[in-house]
Amino acid sequence: MSILVNKDTKVIVQGFTGKEGTFHAEQCIAYGTKIVGGVTPGKGGQEHLGQPVFNTVAEAVASTGATVSMIFVPPAFVSDAVMEAADAGISLAVIITEGAPVKDMMFAKAYAVKKDMMTIGPNCPGIITADECKIGIMPGFIFKKGNIGLISKSGTLTYESANQVVKEGFGITTAVGIGGDPIIGLSYKQLLPMFEADPETHAIVMIGEIGGDLEIQAAAYIKEHITKPVVAFIAGQTAPAGKRMGHAGAIISGGAGTAAEKMAALEAAGVKVVVSPADIGKAIAEVMGK
Amino acid sequence: MNIHEYQAKELFKKYNVPTLRGHIAFTPDEAVKAAQELGGNIWVVKAQIHAGGRGLGGGVKLAKSTSEVREMAAQILGMQLVTHQTGPEGKLVQKVYIEEGADIKKEYYLGLLLDRALEMPIMMASTEGGMAIEEVAHNTPEKIIKVSIDPLTGFQSFHGRKLAFGLGLPVEEINTFIKFASALYKVYMDHDAEMIEINPLVKTGDGKFLALDAKMGFDNNALYRQSQVNEMRDLSEEEPTEIEAGKFGLSYIKLDGDVGCMVNGAGLAMGTMDTINYEGGKPANFLDVGGSASAETVAKGFEIILKDPNVKAIFVNIFGGIVRCDRVANGIIEATKITNVNVPVIVRLDGTNAIEAAEILNNAGIANIVAATDLADGARKAVAAAKGE
Repeated sequence: MSILVNKDTKVIVQGFTGKEGTFHAEQCIAYGTKIVGGVTPGKGGQEHLGQPVFNTVAEAVASTGATVSMIFVPPAFVSDAVMEAADAGISLAVIITEGAPVKDMMFAKAYAVKKDMMTIGPNCPGIITADECKIGIMPGFIFKKGNIGLISKSGTLTYESANQVVKEGFGITTAVGIGGDPIIGLSYKQLLPMFEADPETHAIVMIGEIGGDLEIQAAAYIKEHITKPVVAFIAGQTAPAGKRMGHAGAIISGGAGTAAEKMAALEAAGVKVVVSPADIGKAIAEVMGK
Repeated sequence: MNIHEYQAKELFKKYNVPTLRGHIAFTPDEAVKAAQELGGNIWVVKAQIHAGGRGLGGGVKLAKSTSEVREMAAQILGMQLVTHQTGPEGKLVQKVYIEEGADIKKEYYLGLLLDRALEMPIMMASTEGGMAIEEVAHNTPEKIIKVSIDPLTGFQSFHGRKLAFGLGLPVEEINTFIKFASALYKVYMDHDAEMIEINPLVKTGDGKFLALDAKMGFDNNALYRQSQVNEMRDLSEEEPTEIEAGKFGLSYIKLDGDVGCMVNGAGLAMGTMDTINYEGGKPANFLDVGGSASAETVAKGFEIILKDPNVKAIFVNIFGGIVRCDRVANGIIEATKITNVNVPVIVRLDGTNAIEAAEILNNAGIANIVAATDLADGARKAVAAAKGE
């Protein structure tokens, strides 16, 4: 078991024939992901990486039965791509692209919600179910199969955490990089219940950062609904207020969105919060009773 | 990206958001000329820097004659203006905005920003004009009226009515207010703004609303399609090292500690700073080298970090994913040839090809490069090195 994606998930790639799309689609195929085709307007009818290319997402869905789209189009075209996927009946769009305008995502997300399409990202490493399906840009070999679910706003901290978990003798069910932009798709609050319901997941690692209040919402949800142990780290305890720390959404504004307030809320919800990201693996070992 | 008050008001004028007339001046002479052109017998001389709280810091002054305009402009131009948003060193004032006077009857607050939880813009208004909105929110939250504006509907009159009645405006002023707020929403959306703050918004003796001040910030991801806003960028308001880092695809922010950091990925970069702090040290900077971490970017990273004389040690923390660690290791060795790195460099490379990378660094035998096994080990070694241990 796992959440959202597995070995049978059929995936198409929007921006399939571009440089990034090609490189990462190839890596995903090598990992075992069922990439069943791709979309590049104007290149319909061609073949790429041994898979058919379509002009529209609708054609790709009709012909392949894909339910998930991995989006690699440039930032200016992301909202169009997301809305096209939603319109074509895709059920989950994984948006890897970094640098999409916030206003565009505001409209794209609203439309996706209306069309019942889930989104992950943008500006994220994607989603991986260990040994089954990788939809994104993460190095697959780090994610050994196991019983820990992972949700993270940061790409490299996802790898860091997974690596520590594996070094402690555990492994990953599914890891989701939700992205660090001001408007993102699935967040802690939607993913936590999925991990709670997944019998194979025994504990959850959640990596947050300064800015916004998604982690505070998560804390409230955990307190009420999550019975599995949760380990959390919030990046940016040492970040100055008012400065954007790399991610578009990582900013303390008007004194709100600090690491301290998020850590306190999570602790109050019974989460094991680590101060140093170097202790994530150890904390998992602890909550798993090893 | 932020712009100055006078620039925000230029955008307002194009959308018929009422402001006062004014001119920008770089010298006291220009200030006097501006006042003469505006006419009247009262003017406000306003320092133009990217920070709030200018009035309290002595950067906004009232002048009742052109000779006073000259005097005030001479005082303000060239000063290091210190406000609660500039830090103790303040910001150099290079231009002043000369504005005509106004018959102010009452001051309000009006702001627009993205509500990240609702994923749509919210407009906020308050009767507590002139006060910092964060303080009002903290002390008297009931005095802030908020409306969320679904982007699919846009700004409707009911949004404006909710705010206007909430502010206790008399019925005959409601429509004027709605017109103002509606035009402001259009400014916000059309320019990919991240934030607009009018503090104070004033009501004049004849029942008109005016943006007495104006603050605007923009979504950096959208600047590619906002040429007019781009032209308003004032590089002198930004940190020179941060601008230079940006040219090389590096994201750098200077802090006040002594352990330099070079990391791939924004989250891990923040996490590395936190780990240094946890181990008893203080990070000197945030630096995300991005996805490539080539010899050239690593060398540039070293160069930028070492511009800060406080740096006593550098912690290079790379988790190789698609980026292979052996390449990064070679990059580090090359970088030490390009740039003179005269402080201890603690290197932690993990992930793809980490073992090969360790060998490369060992074989290179560079005296001030110290290998670390993991994040905690690297942070500890870097903190110790910075302390001269």
